[in-house]
Amino acid sequence: MSEVVLIATLASILADSAPIIFAALGETLNERAGVVNLSVEGTMMLSAMIGFAAAFVLDGYGPMLFMGTDLAPYITVAAGFAAAMLAGALIALVVAFGSITLRRDQVAVGFIMTLLAIDLSSFAGVNFVRKPGPSVGHLPIPALADIPVVGPILFSQDAVTYLSFLLIIGMAVFFARTQPGLRLRGIGERPQAAFARGTNVVLMRYLYTALGGALIGFGGAAFSLHVKLGWSHRHTAGFGWVALAIVIFGGWDPLKVALGAYFFGALRAAATTLQALLPAVPVQVFPLLPFPLMILTLVIFNSDGLVRALSLLPLGPRRFLFGLLRSNPPAALGTHFRQE
Amino acid sequence: MKIELREIHKRFGAVHANAGINLSVGTGTILGILGENGAGKSTLMKILSGYFHPDSGGILLDGAAVRLRTPADALRHGVGMLHQDPLDFPPMRVLDNFLLGREHQFWQRRSAARADFDALCSEFEFRLDPDGFMFDLTVGERQQLEIARLLWLGARVLILDEPTTGISANQKVKLFATLRKLAAQNKTVIFVSHKLEDVEGLCGRVAVLRRGALVGEAQPPYTTAGLVQMMFGQALAVGVRPAAPLGAPQLELRGAEFAGEHIVLRNVDLTVAAGEVVGLAGLEGSGQQQLLKGVAGLVALGKGSLKIGGRDLSQASYKEFLAAGTAFMAADRLEEGMIAGLTIEEHMVLARRGKQPAIVDWAVARTAAQAGIAEFNIKGAPASVVEGLSGGNQQRALLALLPPALKLLAMEHPTRGLDVESAIYIWSKLLMRRAEGTAILFATADLEELLRYSDRVLVFFAGEIMAVLRAADATVEQLGALIGGKQK
Amino acid sequence: MSSLAATERQGWVGRVLLVLGPVLLALVITSGILVLAGANPQATLLKLLAGSFGTAVKRADVAVVWVSLVICTAGLLVSFTAGQWNIGMEGQIVMGAIVATWVGRQFVDISGVLERGAPLLVIAAMVAGGICGGVVWATAAGALKVLGKVHEIFAGLGLNFVASAASIYLIFGTWKQKSGGTLSGTVLLDEQLWLPTLQGLRASPYSLGLAVVVVAAVYFALRGTLWGLQLKAVGRNLRAARTLGVATHRVLFSAYAVCGACAGLAGAVLVVGVHHRLIPGISSGHGFMGILIALLSGFQALYIAPIALFFAALSIGSIALQLDLKLDSSLAGVVQGVMVLCVLLVQGVRQWRSGGSGT
Repeated sequence: MSEVVLIATLASILADSAPIIFAALGETLNERAGVVNLSVEGTMMLSAMIGFAAAFVLDGYGPMLFMGTDLAPYITVAAGFAAAMLAGALIALVVAFGSITLRRDQVAVGFIMTLLAIDLSSFAGVNFVRKPGPSVGHLPIPALADIPVVGPILFSQDAVTYLSFLLIIGMAVFFARTQPGLRLRGIGERPQAAFARGTNVVLMRYLYTALGGALIGFGGAAFSLHVKLGWSHRHTAGFGWVALAIVIFGGWDPLKVALGAYFFGALRAAATTLQALLPAVPVQVFPLLPFPLMILTLVIFNSDGLVRALSLLPLGPRRFLFGLLRSNPPAALGTHFRQE
Repeated sequence: MKIELREIHKRFGAVHANAGINLSVGTGTILGILGENGAGKSTLMKILSGYFHPDSGGILLDGAAVRLRTPADALRHGVGMLHQDPLDFPPMRVLDNFLLGREHQFWQRRSAARADFDALCSEFEFRLDPDGFMFDLTVGERQQLEIARLLWLGARVLILDEPTTGISANQKVKLFATLRKLAAQNKTVIFVSHKLEDVEGLCGRVAVLRRGALVGEAQPPYTTAGLVQMMFGQALAVGVRPAAPLGAPQLELRGAEFAGEHIVLRNVDLTVAAGEVVGLAGLEGSGQQQLLKGVAGLVALGKGSLKIGGRDLSQASYKEFLAAGTAFMAADRLEEGMIAGLTIEEHMVLARRGKQPAIVDWAVARTAAQAGIAEFNIKGAPASVVEGLSGGNQQRALLALLPPALKLLAMEHPTRGLDVESAIYIWSKLLMRRAEGTAILFATADLEELLRYSDRVLVFFAGEIMAVLRAADATVEQLGALIGGKQK
Repeated sequence: MSSLAATERQGWVGRVLLVLGPVLLALVITSGILVLAGANPQATLLKLLAGSFGTAVKRADVAVVWVSLVICTAGLLVSFTAGQWNIGMEGQIVMGAIVATWVGRQFVDISGVLERGAPLLVIAAMVAGGICGGVVWATAAGALKVLGKVHEIFAGLGLNFVASAASIYLIFGTWKQKSGGTLSGTVLLDEQLWLPTLQGLRASPYSLGLAVVVVAAVYFALRGTLWGLQLKAVGRNLRAARTLGVATHRVLFSAYAVCGACAGLAGAVLVVGVHHRLIPGISSGHGFMGILIALLSGFQALYIAPIALFFAALSIGSIALQLDLKLDSSLAGVVQGVMVLCVLLVQGVRQWRSGGSGT
């Protein structure tokens, strides 16, 4: 593979992974707060539709509203993202209300919301299918984009990709260095103890569920306005499930979650490459392959065997490897909080 | 800080947990609060630390009436509570734990916190690694961390709930030294316990609760008989354990090894005869659970050999253990003993051993359940779901589920959380089993229970059996020292 | 999983009230959605009804979907009772269909060999094969969960992806039609291998009978057998069940296997009784819909049949909407989703207000 192709591939992996990064990190926030928001697949789907539809409709009115200013394309796209985030937050709030306040099974509520949102996206999106519409514009960063190799990979992207970088770093810092981040971890680990230390567990769970939902919604819009432009029936099929799996793969750690998302991006790039090498296999199969492969990887990483092998080591190395590979879910994940 | 509690009332349904309690604690003192399980100690302390709100009555701190809305609010007023099972975060690092809960700041400021932490640790001679993980700490170390944390956040009153359960003798000495030092620094310490010895050794004053009311106070020198009189209302009559002849060996372990999640119990040689009761002493998690589950077939034997009733079951499945006549009763009844949501009669069907018809005859099951309920004096019906039963009745129901003619019964904490009457009843039933030739192994944190009911006592420390004592010759002091890891 | 189980012990009256309230709420929400979409709710709902029950053909089509939904939900009841979210049911249906088609294809080109009476045997073999396919796929998910400690939702999803990739591979590769692979699926099976249907309709009395038998069997198994009680025990508290002497691994595997058998059966029936070939996405979301029905039924076998009928009617009725009112047929899914959500939340509100505890 020539260097140019390699650089282009890496750049596209980073760009194409952005929607999953947003969705998976949003879900990480949810689960760190102890709420499994199983609706990611549906949330992404619906918000991809709503994001595109909002931008599309606003684009139609654009000349009238913005009088042809230069900012018009940015405003329409930003409005699309805002609408998608709102949709994501609303779905997450339903999950939060059902599971936190009404104490229903989180998995059940999330699953219902998944199916509901998917069908709603098909139903409401029927007028937007395969229409050309606005999208996020390319935005190379002056000077930085000219650095050899690194420039074209990292700094010749669009705003959504840059935001995905910032989110990864921001969330890692949030967990490792801020007091609210530490409190959030506490809520997911042991809500009773978090309460004893002055955290309003219920309020915070609502807040982070909504926030995470908004990020998942952003991921959906990133899909229809940034990666696979436009809207079609079941436009984001499978990606939400993968985002959910990546959260586990990444052990609820923002950096490792991001790594998982990029790994999935690499798998997808590899599938495209493989297509040329295996002409005997029908082309329709290749886009499907990364999904089972991703889950398979998760299965291997998550299996009991790995943990058992680890526990044989002496304390020192075990502590180190445990820190590295730790993928214990937040202890209170999926449970209801009762303050006594 | 001076604390005054005025006419505190708290009801939970029909239970009057605190019935008009008046209590005041002066600055720089250590007050002991004594009482048996269910006397209302925990409720009172949870009111003082902001968990519960009293139905009526008031709290005054340094003479000013306060309303403590939440535990964090109480801590803002200077009242910190240390729970029996410290409310911390096991998967986190020590420093994270120390920091979590610090208010009014966005950044963690880890280096400043680390400096404060180190200073507090050296002041009280705690040896804690700020970068270590919580799950590597003992209960005693977790208490030390919690004390340091509460002091850092400005606690001037420290409430300790049963702090000496589950810590070693050394750690207890250190804890007491720490508390005395705190009192000398004009902090107020409230020490809740049901252990006379601890309270007598530490506290400058003792308040005794019984059935929700403050029944009396005492000051040194204490008389044990006087405190017992106050706690129980009368001197406790203890049933004398009838002697029973020992029979053939029911359990034989040779060089046995059982691996648990955190601990491996190695090289156990043990023979228990029919009709023998063996008590397992030691801090929780020292390997007792591995032995109990191992001899019942729930933890696989790593090395060595295991015989039940003379039959080699070293490689046997749990099912074969059950068929051979073993049974295990877990400490956590609704976690590992019975199934919430299922009824007593459904449990009867599930627990029946041997071949069963594929189609359940519910009439037969109901009759069996009724018989068990009558025999074990359970307050419940065949169709009662088990989570609706009280702890004592759950334990009775578990006994009713055991098949007749057991060879070996392994139990964790047979009477934990039960009232005195239930505990005595449970033991009367167990002693009947023993008379029928069942070998009984049980673990407990209650040293008196150990000495009262065991023929032999095995003392566990860090995955090893440190000593084997004849219960008749042993004393509580001797046991206490051994549990704490002191050699004879 | 037992979020709806709290209503298990309520009487008929309470249950009816509990269902009617959320149904009304769901109607209001759905009407709102329709108004937003610029449609007349009343006309749309009437059309839905006419589209599902208006003619014999449509009633028969409803019955076809009903059979599939009932069989799937009956299986899911078993896995739910054991506390397992068998989200892999979709893939298990597909695997059932694949194996059934494979068995059937062994007879495609040698139809002359099929003698009188023999086609029914082949059909039986196809169904048996389909059941095996479902069992294998479900047991794989069960093994990942029980032996590998992988959450069954991810094990199931992964296997769903694999099954759908396999069906696409077969349709566009190994089994593609002579004219090339198409979305319409593999070549039609010999007509002798089609399950006999009612005159001029798509519904088969055999598959209807099968569905009734399956749901009755599950009802009885969960209520009256030791296995049913063991499933319940394992579902509610695995550790305690083991201590009590229940062979937990075996019970869990059996739950997956039985659920997979139902899925495979549904897949095979879709092949022998409906499509007569393998098509992409043959499961049509029936596995997921089955989960909704199971949730709505409060995990009670008695309620499966009527709820499945309602779901099937929506699915068929919504096709007419697409033709006549230009509304997307996914409206059916929206109505179903809203309905289940409302029931779940209304139940929660009732318990919350009465101060009772959820699960």
